[in-house]
Amino acid sequence: MKFLLVEDNQELANAVSSRMRLDGHVVEHAPNLEDAAAFVETGDFDLILLDISLPDGDGRTFLKKHRASDLDTPVIILTARSQVSDRIGSLDLGADDYVTKPFDHAELEARCRAVMRRKVGRPQTVIDKGGIVFDPVAGHMAVHGRSVTLRNRELRLLELLINAPGQVFSKQKLADRLFSYDDDASENAIEVYIGRLRKHLEDSDLKITTLRGLGYRLDYDT
Amino acid sequence: MTRNLRVSGSLRNRLVFTLVGGAAILALLLFFAIRNYAAQVAQQGQDKILSASVTSMLDAAAIREGNVVVDIPYASFSMLSTPSDDRVFYAIYQDDIFLSGYPELPLPAASGRESTRQSVEYKGKTVRLVTASRTLIGIDKLVHIHVGLAQTQDALSGTLEQISRNAALFGAGFFMLTTLLSFWATSATIGQLQRLTTSVTRRGPQDLSPFEKPVPVEMLPLVTSLNSLMGRLDHSLKQSEDFIAEAAHRVRTPLATVRSYAEATLQRVDKKENREAVRSMIRAIDESSRAAGQLLDHAMITFRADHLEREDIDLVGLVHELATRLAPIAEMKDLELRILSDEPVSYSGDPILIQNAVRNLIDNAFKYSPSLGTVEISITATPNVQIRVCDNGSGFPIEEVDMLATRFKRGVNAEGKIGSGLGLTIALDVAKAHGGDLRLSNRPEGGACALLLL
Repeated sequence: MKFLLVEDNQELANAVSSRMRLDGHVVEHAPNLEDAAAFVETGDFDLILLDISLPDGDGRTFLKKHRASDLDTPVIILTARSQVSDRIGSLDLGADDYVTKPFDHAELEARCRAVMRRKVGRPQTVIDKGGIVFDPVAGHMAVHGRSVTLRNRELRLLELLINAPGQVFSKQKLADRLFSYDDDASENAIEVYIGRLRKHLEDSDLKITTLRGLGYRLDYDT
Repeated sequence: MTRNLRVSGSLRNRLVFTLVGGAAILALLLFFAIRNYAAQVAQQGQDKILSASVTSMLDAAAIREGNVVVDIPYASFSMLSTPSDDRVFYAIYQDDIFLSGYPELPLPAASGRESTRQSVEYKGKTVRLVTASRTLIGIDKLVHIHVGLAQTQDALSGTLEQISRNAALFGAGFFMLTTLLSFWATSATIGQLQRLTTSVTRRGPQDLSPFEKPVPVEMLPLVTSLNSLMGRLDHSLKQSEDFIAEAAHRVRTPLATVRSYAEATLQRVDKKENREAVRSMIRAIDESSRAAGQLLDHAMITFRADHLEREDIDLVGLVHELATRLAPIAEMKDLELRILSDEPVSYSGDPILIQNAVRNLIDNAFKYSPSLGTVEISITATPNVQIRVCDNGSGFPIEEVDMLATRFKRGVNAEGKIGSGLGLTIALDVAKAHGGDLRLSNRPEGGACALLLL
């Protein structure tokens, strides 16, 4: 996905961008509202991440203007406040959602997915490989035309593996991506999810290989 | 404000006391003035008649063939007749020798032709005595005639009594009328103050706008300073709100930077100890930011609970709204969030408080739910309005269930979970602010249930 990050703190922008690029996203950074407006006009973004306090104005003013224009790019607010009244204020102005700083990237990703799913007529980012058709945003998959419903963690696991075929992922690495930091992310749980995903992929040409002591890898069954 | 102010007397009592006291003094003065004046006028009338009679007696005195002749002019005595049959006494002296009348009548010593008027005691009664003298010139001698005429004052005192009674009635009437007027004037004045008080009391906690209704000119300084006080309060509140927002921004932005870098780093390191270290770092950041957020929420909730502003809300709609907001998190954790109620449940309360309380209960349920668990929320209106949030985790530690809602108290099973120990406290505070309670229990089939009674 292509993100526009509107954030005046350079350090945070770098950190968030580098973290999001790891998931294979494209991130453009605008340090102020003026640049943000220019980016929005020229680029075609899937989602805007908007900070509230910016050097040349309030992010909510930008949001109002953005909603008044005919662009319908979804906006997720990054707020430092935790007061409920402020949250409701942002949603009333037309933000699709918000996250509180500091945020969990898994949560941000989940919220982005939810927002994208709600958007009508979004461009389909469908992966069509090895006999499966996979829509990571909508969260469904079809194996040789037969529709399969994936749970969220199965979905994220598949997304990780399918975007880097042939790469080995350790159990720990997978656990870090699938579970939030207050979950009991036991490595046995990863085995359970791998097992389920294998079952879903049984009829397809994709295969998850176990490399003892190293981890898992997605291979094309040829 | 619950603190008692010291009371220094009552403005109303002081006003009423002054006005009524003044009216009483005025009424008494009026009474005495009228009575005095009436007495004077009546006395003057009697004196005039008595003088006229004495004069006519003296005029009638003459020396005829060397003898002094004094006629009693009965016509003039008839002027003295009164409805009360007052008695008349007279005494005539010639050169200090008693001639006729009542010898005991105590006449003052004669002095020329000047007449005297005085009240004297005679036969046990107060009489009005008028005396006059005349010198008759005979052929060979001068004769000095001294006449005294007295009258009892029964009719006069009767009239005076009547006038006094009327004056007293008039005074009492005056007193009553002014008392009524002073009560009315006092309530009208105090009423203005009370109206101001009511409009201050009725205001919501957030309403710091100036008063704009017209007030009497005397209250203008008070209202002006009240308005300026509220202006300053509003300003300083806004400033501290801005300050908190700015402070939060300053603290949370670098935390977010650290967290994002840490997450990115975690993807790149492979060594077990390093991974552990980075994970602990992320957990610490989450812990601190969550505690800061909950503390702010708790402060906000305490403030709103103290100044509870109720509005009509639909609890089911409110919970659905919350569920939409929390759906991505539930999905991320592969949990199912199920709302078992569809029919609207209307309630009068503070939506922000209730939403925050329920959010904390759902957060808890998410935290302690097993993988692929279900969190169920039901809202019922009967027998009383309540919101129940249940999970199918391991339940509350039963020996601690009564203490879990205590501030910063966390259960023994909280080990390894990120939390501030304020979630249940917030829910309990919200319930109490609405006159309800928070009940924690475990389901027989397993799992914890939090019941928010409103």
